[in-house]
Amino acid sequence: MIDKTVATVAEAIADIHDGATVMIGGFGTAGMPSELIDALIAQGARELTIVNNNAGNGDVGLALLLEAKRVRKIICSFPRQTDSWHFDALYRKGEIELELVPQGNLAERIRAAGAGIGAFYTPTGYGTLLAEGKETREIDGRQYVLEHPIRADFALVKALAGDRWGNLVYRKTARNFGPIMASAARCTIAQVQRIVPLGALDPEAVVTPGIFVHRVVEVVVEAANAGTAPAPGTAT
Amino acid sequence: MNRYTRDQMAARVAQDIRDGAYVNLGIGLPTLVANHLPKDREIILHTENGLLGMGPAPAPGAEDPDLINAGKQPVTALPGASFFHHADSFAMMRGGHLDCCVLGAFQVSVEGDLANWHTGAPDAIPAVGGAMDLALGAKSVYVMMEHLTKSGESKIVSQCTYPVTALRCVSRIYTDLAVLEVTPRGLRAVDIVDGLSLPELARLSGVAIGS
Repeated sequence: MIDKTVATVAEAIADIHDGATVMIGGFGTAGMPSELIDALIAQGARELTIVNNNAGNGDVGLALLLEAKRVRKIICSFPRQTDSWHFDALYRKGEIELELVPQGNLAERIRAAGAGIGAFYTPTGYGTLLAEGKETREIDGRQYVLEHPIRADFALVKALAGDRWGNLVYRKTARNFGPIMASAARCTIAQVQRIVPLGALDPEAVVTPGIFVHRVVEVVVEAANAGTAPAPGTAT
Repeated sequence: MNRYTRDQMAARVAQDIRDGAYVNLGIGLPTLVANHLPKDREIILHTENGLLGMGPAPAPGAEDPDLINAGKQPVTALPGASFFHHADSFAMMRGGHLDCCVLGAFQVSVEGDLANWHTGAPDAIPAVGGAMDLALGAKSVYVMMEHLTKSGESKIVSQCTYPVTALRCVSRIYTDLAVLEVTPRGLRAVDIVDGLSLPELARLSGVAIGS
């Protein structure tokens, strides 16, 4: 029998090792698996490479992982925000390495890793600072830049509901990087608002098929509005 | 000197967005365009964090932290809306499916090069987000910005001095002084604010502008 469910967030992230590359879902705090990140901070892994769209917001989740100085390098598209003070401080002190990637290239590099693509040519970034030193090529009269996949040891994603096979459905714009990160990591850990019985998710509506997910942990978050709507594709 | 107000600029951009268009409005000034879209046109707004069919801000108290726009502000989803992941969202841009995007800018060159992501200042923390993908992905790229910097320098330039976002990507420039079209023969004035002549506009801009 396949049972990917795990009882606690601590157990779910226990084997994340020093120096690991960890993808973390979310766009700002929408879809950020904050409880998994809190568990990772408590677990103590350091020298991490983090892949996320941003570099932490306020004093929650990823921002706290940065503040705890567990992150050696961050790969992201939009670090500088009004509430990214923990990243800003580390960056100005030279205590964190930044790889800045245009958002669509970030998404496609993650997707490429999950899809087994060796590298791909993209027009985004051609002629800019962010393509300096990269191989370029003209195809059908248009200029492209060669970009390589981003793979991870672990992906931490947040979804609305999941079952013991790891099938996931998301909620609204909290979906963002979840499905592609789930496919790009050796071990994908999903925190879900609720675990539902096998068969409860409508197969037509499953967004991330369970093959991409290795662990599912239920984290009930009592936030205003969050998760109070019926799960899309939930039969129960 | 007369200037278009921000709302007049937004209304002028909105006038150029056709019925049925799929449109992305960038962070900042361009978000104002949403308030001026003609009611008799069905225009579908895309936000790159994963929503087509974005609606206005929710009523106070009805905000949903899982339903936000690219500026991380709470929004609503209209009937007919769809949610999708980031790779699909950027395929909509890069794949040429978006009809139009409206972006802010630091500088635009006479050839349509855009600089809007980084001042290049040594102490600036760079951030790019979806700017590069939007600039070269949308079929039409409209830039909305003030014509001059606070110190009176033209933001329309013969060549960008700030780091570029994408090359030869801008179709039209909407400023507080004029609406300009980028053509293979250079810039052409579509509209000029009342009381400003074409030669005076060109002088303020420091580049040649045709009529």
